Amino acid sequence: MTKPVGMEVAVAAAEAVALCNIDVAACYPITPNTHIAEHLADIIADGRIDAEYITVESEHSALSAVMGASGTGARTFTATSSQGLMYMHEILPITPAMRLPVVMGLGNRAVSGPINIWNDHSDIIMQRDSGWLSIFADNGQEAVDMFIQAFKIAEHPDVLLPINVNMDGFQLTHVVEPIVFPTQAQVNKFLPPYKPFASLHPDHPLSMGTLGLPEIYTEAVKARDVATVNAKKVIVQIWQEWEKQFGRKYEPVMTYKTAGAEILILTMGSMGETAEVAVDALRKKGVKVGLLKLKLWRPFPFDEIRKAVRGAKTLVVTDRALSYGGPGGPVCSEIRAALYDQPNRPEIVNYIIGLGGRDVRVEDFMKMIEGAPKAKKSGDAYQIYGVRE
Amino acid sequence: MKKWPETWKEYNTGGIVFEPGNARSFKTGPWRSLRPVWDNSKCIKCGVCYIFCPEGCVQEGPDGFFAADLDYCKGCGICAHECWPSAISMIEEGQES
Repeated sequence: MTKPVGMEVAVAAAEAVALCNIDVAACYPITPNTHIAEHLADIIADGRIDAEYITVESEHSALSAVMGASGTGARTFTATSSQGLMYMHEILPITPAMRLPVVMGLGNRAVSGPINIWNDHSDIIMQRDSGWLSIFADNGQEAVDMFIQAFKIAEHPDVLLPINVNMDGFQLTHVVEPIVFPTQAQVNKFLPPYKPFASLHPDHPLSMGTLGLPEIYTEAVKARDVATVNAKKVIVQIWQEWEKQFGRKYEPVMTYKTAGAEILILTMGSMGETAEVAVDALRKKGVKVGLLKLKLWRPFPFDEIRKAVRGAKTLVVTDRALSYGGPGGPVCSEIRAALYDQPNRPEIVNYIIGLGGRDVRVEDFMKMIEGAPKAKKSGDAYQIYGVRE
Repeated sequence: MKKWPETWKEYNTGGIVFEPGNARSFKTGPWRSLRPVWDNSKCIKCGVCYIFCPEGCVQEGPDGFFAADLDYCKGCGICAHECWPSAISMIEEGQES
């Protein structure tokens, strides 16, 4: 294993993508994913990898271009954030419908308005039902690892679905972290060449992206849903392979100091590391608290959530986005759905935190955990934490 | 050949169609409520109907006159609209020309 190097996470993400021997990339730069797009363009322009970088005029075209390339059997990558992801919206659901294993890097950023370039999860949450697989990194090392895993997951013959790797904008993309890079030989061992199920070639004519009349659309949806649900098994298996080869563990729901915990707090993304420090501090004070970190957003790990909360009296769910006029934070509404039928389930408190780059510190997590009984008593389905009243 | 897969399990991954030119087996003629009828005494054999037919179902016969393949003609009437000597009329299906 090589030594850790200090590197900006967005740059490291581009280096990880380069290690995966991609064939085609098309990115339109947008804060805070810009450095992924820029650095990958450098790598390709410098001839470090044998790939094409298509410069496009929009994100709509970026995703369209990589889908066309993916249809020919190329390994493809794109990256974006926030408004750029919104601009891709029309194309996003077509990628999984065509079962094209495109990998996307997302530097998560708040969606306008008001105009805001800073971090929360409102961009990916708005695209939740597009049918992409979705995983979340806590730190730079996880981002690098997940990009390499992502190609293997997406291209697995039992999956063949696109996947996005989520990195919190600025909080991850723009910080310099120590990162251990696998060698090219190690990546080659882990990630086999992409063998497409079918590809566009003049010698073997076929049609992709065809019309689905009412007589077939329902069956198409069912087939795609089954593939998405079944992808979880492959993701878990590939994460186990990763752990075996590289020693770093990944699970749909990661646990931190949950043994004997009466109260659990759940995070998704980079704030998990801040919450760890809060859990450490509270454990020292004798509070029986543990942390759950959601790594897999789609397909949602219902069974793993049920198992992880077993025995807890209170579950504090943090969300980085809000469904206006809905049941609360989007992560929490999935968790409520997962636990509704359970005979013994914890009381749930939902905080909406860290919107549009609002800082959430260790003390805030401690306050959220300690204030959970009071928040529960209020009867509110969710609370926007830290809002000035 | 089955027109539709029986169950979702038979739906090809990604809906890929492996048989080139299979649109031929999807006959769109039954969509038609109006039928184009050519009056060859007015036809000047210019081929505008052939050029404009969006379904590509208007063909030139050995005598140089044109006719629509009724297995595919949807009865859209574009040929009749574009025919400048007004040699094509659209008549209700079921009526004699």
